[in-house]
Amino acid sequence: MPVKTAEPPIFGTTPFDGEQAKKGYALNKMCFSFNSAENRAAFVADEEVYMRRYQLTETQAAAIRARNVLQLIAAGGNAYYLAKFAGIFGLDMQDIGAQQTGLSKEAFKARLVAAGQ
Amino acid sequence: MADIIGCVGTSHIPAIGGAIHKGLQQEPYWKPFFDGYVPVHQWLEQNRPDVVVLFYNDHGLNFFLDKMPTFAVGAATQYSNADEGWGIPTLAPLRGEPDLSWQIISTLIEKEFDVVTCQEMLVDHACTLPLKLLWPEGACPVTVVPVCINTVQFPLPKASRVYALGRAVGEAIAVWDSSKKVAVIASGGLSHQLDGERAGFINKAFDLQFMESLVSNPEWATQFSIHTLVEKSGTQGVELLMWLAMRAALTAGDGAGVRKVHSNYHIPISNTATGLLALEKVMA
Repeated sequence: MPVKTAEPPIFGTTPFDGEQAKKGYALNKMCFSFNSAENRAAFVADEEVYMRRYQLTETQAAAIRARNVLQLIAAGGNAYYLAKFAGIFGLDMQDIGAQQTGLSKEAFKARLVAAGQ
Repeated sequence: MADIIGCVGTSHIPAIGGAIHKGLQQEPYWKPFFDGYVPVHQWLEQNRPDVVVLFYNDHGLNFFLDKMPTFAVGAATQYSNADEGWGIPTLAPLRGEPDLSWQIISTLIEKEFDVVTCQEMLVDHACTLPLKLLWPEGACPVTVVPVCINTVQFPLPKASRVYALGRAVGEAIAVWDSSKKVAVIASGGLSHQLDGERAGFINKAFDLQFMESLVSNPEWATQFSIHTLVEKSGTQGVELLMWLAMRAALTAGDGAGVRKVHSNYHIPISNTATGLLALEKVMA
């Protein structure tokens, strides 16, 4: 294992390090493919076939089916690539933020506004 | 020898692209953000740079995890934008400045920054939106040298290393045999976090201190580890590394002083605390 310096964990934060990058490679590669409209359409047409093509693990496939961002991160997903997956469903960053924090979208947006006060 | 006129740091949230496309600049949500750019437009109009060196981070358009450079320098005659997957409009290609690209590459390698060089390179919203924000009307009047710094996959380059890279880029511009005027742009930040239970994290006090440090004490943020920067500014707020590289570029060459032209700070656009800072280089 690579040597890591001991750093205290940050609440609710998963640094996308080598371990995550290795674990999430197939998932992130699939999400990277969603830069192409043709690939997005192919995923929508049959997501099971599309996930098998990218050899997602069962955990990753379950997280995709559940549309669950925290599960996708736990399965090695990276925020920048996952955003392309979310884009297929027209979800914006407040939808994603609300889902991950367990807030309503309105409450999540209010929290953002409050940060500026 | 080329002349660095100054620098502009700006946020690059993808939603800005949608707002420009739909003409929402004067809507109440967007107005405090877009109005911040007006004094910078005036400064650019007065000083008219020919070339921009643009520090940015790719978000999974050009680079994937199969090959992930820490520092990559564009060396193309043209850089195309492309579909990023989430529905923001694709913008016109940017014109390159290969002569300056190779000056930067040569200087960086000489100074032991072993960069990746890219003669073909797609550029994402982090490149296109700052230029659209700074020159909203018509075709982009400047040529561009994009310098990409990895913020996707840890370990990220240390803040002190990014600062040194920026300074070396400034030295490359200063020795470039050209009469062209160069501006440096940083694209990214400020504090925000998109992922995890901490999504929505914003740190106004830290952002304002960081922006102030770029005026008076540019090395201030190099004291922090990447871990600490993530803690203080969020997993994507760490894009402030771009601003650090930009500011360091102005410490090279003749005259080390800066004058603040304008700054703006507004919360929120999407999930992000947005920053804008224009500094003019002054001959001390």
